[in-house]
Amino acid sequence: MFDYDKWQEIFDTIRRHKLRTFLTALSVWWGIFMLVVLLGAGSGLRNSFEHNFRDDALNSIWVYTGQTSIAYEGLPAGRYMRFTNDDYDMLRNEVEGVDKLTGRYYLTGEYVVNYGNQSLSFDVRTVHPDHLYLENTIMTHGRFINQKDIDEIRKVCVLGDIIVEELFKEGQSPLGEYVQVKGVDYQVVGVFTDEGGENERRRIYLPITTAQRIDSGSERVHQLMLTVTDPTIEGSKAVEERVRQQMARLHQFDPADDQAIYIRNNMREYQQFQTVFNMIDGFLWFVGIGSIIAGVIGVSNIMLIIVKERTKEIGVRKAIGATPRSIIGMILLESVFLTGLAGYVGLLSGFGLVYGINSFMVANNIEVEFFYNPEVSFGAVLIALFILVLSGALAGLIPALQAARIQPIEAMKH
Amino acid sequence: MIKLENIRKSYTTGFNTLEVLKGIDLEIRDGEFVSIMGSSGSGKSTLLNILGILDNYDSGNYYLGDILVKNLSQTQAAKLRNQHLGFVFQSFNLLTFKSAWENVALPLYYQKIPRNERKDRALKYLERVGLLEWADHLPTQLSGGQQQRVAIARSLITQPRMILADEPTGALDSTTSHSIMKLFTDVNAEGITVVCVTHEHDIAEMTQRIIYLKDGMIEPESQRADAN
Ligand SMILES: Nc1ncnc2c1ncn2[C@@H]1O[C@H](COP(=O)(O)OP(=O)(O)OP(=O)(O)O)[C@@H](O)[C@H]1O
Ligand SMILES: [Mg+2]
Repeated sequence: MFDYDKWQEIFDTIRRHKLRTFLTALSVWWGIFMLVVLLGAGSGLRNSFEHNFRDDALNSIWVYTGQTSIAYEGLPAGRYMRFTNDDYDMLRNEVEGVDKLTGRYYLTGEYVVNYGNQSLSFDVRTVHPDHLYLENTIMTHGRFINQKDIDEIRKVCVLGDIIVEELFKEGQSPLGEYVQVKGVDYQVVGVFTDEGGENERRRIYLPITTAQRIDSGSERVHQLMLTVTDPTIEGSKAVEERVRQQMARLHQFDPADDQAIYIRNNMREYQQFQTVFNMIDGFLWFVGIGSIIAGVIGVSNIMLIIVKERTKEIGVRKAIGATPRSIIGMILLESVFLTGLAGYVGLLSGFGLVYGINSFMVANNIEVEFFYNPEVSFGAVLIALFILVLSGALAGLIPALQAARIQPIEAMKH
Repeated sequence: MIKLENIRKSYTTGFNTLEVLKGIDLEIRDGEFVSIMGSSGSGKSTLLNILGILDNYDSGNYYLGDILVKNLSQTQAAKLRNQHLGFVFQSFNLLTFKSAWENVALPLYYQKIPRNERKDRALKYLERVGLLEWADHLPTQLSGGQQQRVAIARSLITQPRMILADEPTGALDSTTSHSIMKLFTDVNAEGITVVCVTHEHDIAEMTQRIIYLKDGMIEPESQRADAN
C-alpha cells in the first residue's frame, strides 16, 4: 500500500493545482462537517427529551381525574371525577398486568419544615411504597416508606439528600431524628437521591395514609401511578385500556369519554418520541448525505477537468508504458486521498464543534430547552468514514475511466 | 527482426473511409538504422505508430521479433512498448513539471524499479547525451535540442530493441538536427534498431536505408531509382 512513488505523484499534482485542490477539499470538508454537526444537533434534541424521561419509569402509566364530557346512563355530562383509596384497591386487585402501584395525595399550602432552630420550605409528596420504583428514587440511607407505615398510619418521612445537607450538620445521621412538617413531627427513616435533578432531591416523602389522616381523614387520592408487568408497547396499551374500562365501571362514565380521566402512558409517549426522532434522524442523514453527494459531484467535476488538462501528460505516460490500470489507480488514489483527507478534517472539526459546544454548556452550566448533551455515535462515525472513502472512489471513478480511455497518439497531438 | 506483412490501415471519418496504408510489406533487421520518407499525408506517422504499437492496423501481420503484435489489449500493448520500444517525438513530449532526470526515469517507474536505481540510471543516460549538469532542470529551462536529448535519454533508459522517432529534428535548426542524428548513429552503433521518420533528405542520408512511402505503399527501390 505505501508506495512512495505513488504518493510523490499525488503530492506533485496537488502542488501543481493548489486552488482546485483547496476547492475540492472544501466541498468535501463541508459535506462531512455538516453531516457530523447535523447528527450532533439531532442527538442533542433527542437527548434533551430522553433527559426529561430519565427519572420516571418508562413503563409507567399515570392516571389523573377529569370531568365527564358525555352523559352516561342517566348521569349528566360535566361531573367531576374523584379518586379514593377504593380506586387504589381496585387497580391493585382487579386490573391484570399492574406491577407497581402508588397513589399521590396532594397536601395543600406551604410546607415549612422545622428541625432544631432551622426552618426551611420544601416540597412534600405523600405516596405508597411502590412510588420508589415509579420515580427511580435511589435510597442512600435507611429505607423508603413501607406497607407497615401505610397500614399503621405512621408519622415517618423520607428526605432528599439536599434537605439533609441543608437541615443537618455535616456527618450527623438524620435517621431516627424528628423533623416537623406543618406542626407535626415525623421520624426520619430514610434518605434518598434522584437523578432527576435538584428539585427531586428537595422533596420529603410521607405515607399517603398519614397525610390523608392529618387532612381531616380524607379518603381521597389525587393521582394514581402504576407500572406494567409486560413492558412492551402492546402490553402497556392493554393495561391502559383495562384501567380505563375498570374506572369507567367504578365511576360510571362512558368508556369512550376521554375527558373523564386522563391517562398518560409513558411507554406510548416514549415510543412516539422515538418515532419522531427517528424521522428527524433520517431527515438529518438525508440532508447530510445530500451535502456529501454535492461535494462528491464537485470533486468528480474538478477531477474531470484535471484529467482533461492532463490529457497530454497521460498520453505520454501511456506511450512510454503506463497501463490503463496504473492510470486509473493514479486518479482514484488521488481522489480518495483528497476526499479522505478533507473529509477526515471535516469529521474532526464537526466533532470539535459538537463536543466543544457540549463541554462549553457543561462548564458554564448552560441549560437550553430542547438541547442536551449533543454527541455523535461511534457507529455514525464509522458510517461517515465509509461514505468518505466510497465517495472518494466514486468521485474519481468517472474521471479515471475517462483517463484510461485516452489514446496516446491523439493525446500527444494536444 | 521486425517484419510487416501486408499491413492495411484505413481511417473512417463520418461517411468517408480513407485508406492510408494499402498493404505494407517491410523487414527491418536488428541493429538497422532506417529512415522513412514520403510526402505529407503519405502515412509515415501512421506506419510508425503501428510499429510503436500505439495504433492498431486493420489486416496483415506485424512481428516484433517472435511476437505477433495483433489484437492486443491496452495493457499488453503498454507492456510491450515499455519493454521493447523507445519513442522520440517531434514535440519532445516531456512532462513539463518534472525535472530532466525525472522525465528520463519515468519509463522505469512503470517497470516498478526503485527510485534510487531509477535516478542512478537516469543520470547515466543524461551523461550519455551530455546533459548531466542539467539533470535537475525543468524542460522549460532547456533549449529545443537539449529537450530532444532528454527525450532520447528517456527512450534509451529501458534498453529497448528499437527506437522510433517521428520527425525528431522537425523542430530543430540544422546544426542541432545533425548533432541529434549523430546521437542516433551512436545509439545505433550499440546495436539498437532505429527507425526515423523525416522530411529532410540530408537527415535521411545519415541513415543506412531510406524507405519511401507513396500512396500508402512502399516504393520499390528500382522504381525510385528510375524516377530519380
Ligand atoms: N486519427 C485519424 N483519423 C482520421 N484520419 C487520420 C487520422 N490520423 C491520420 N489520418 C489521415 O491519414 C493520412 C496519413 O496521416 P499520417 O499522419 O500518417 O501522415 P504523415 O505521412 O505522417 O504526414 P506528415 O508528414 O504531415 O506528418 C492523412 O491524410 C491524415 O489526415
Ligand atoms: Mg507525420
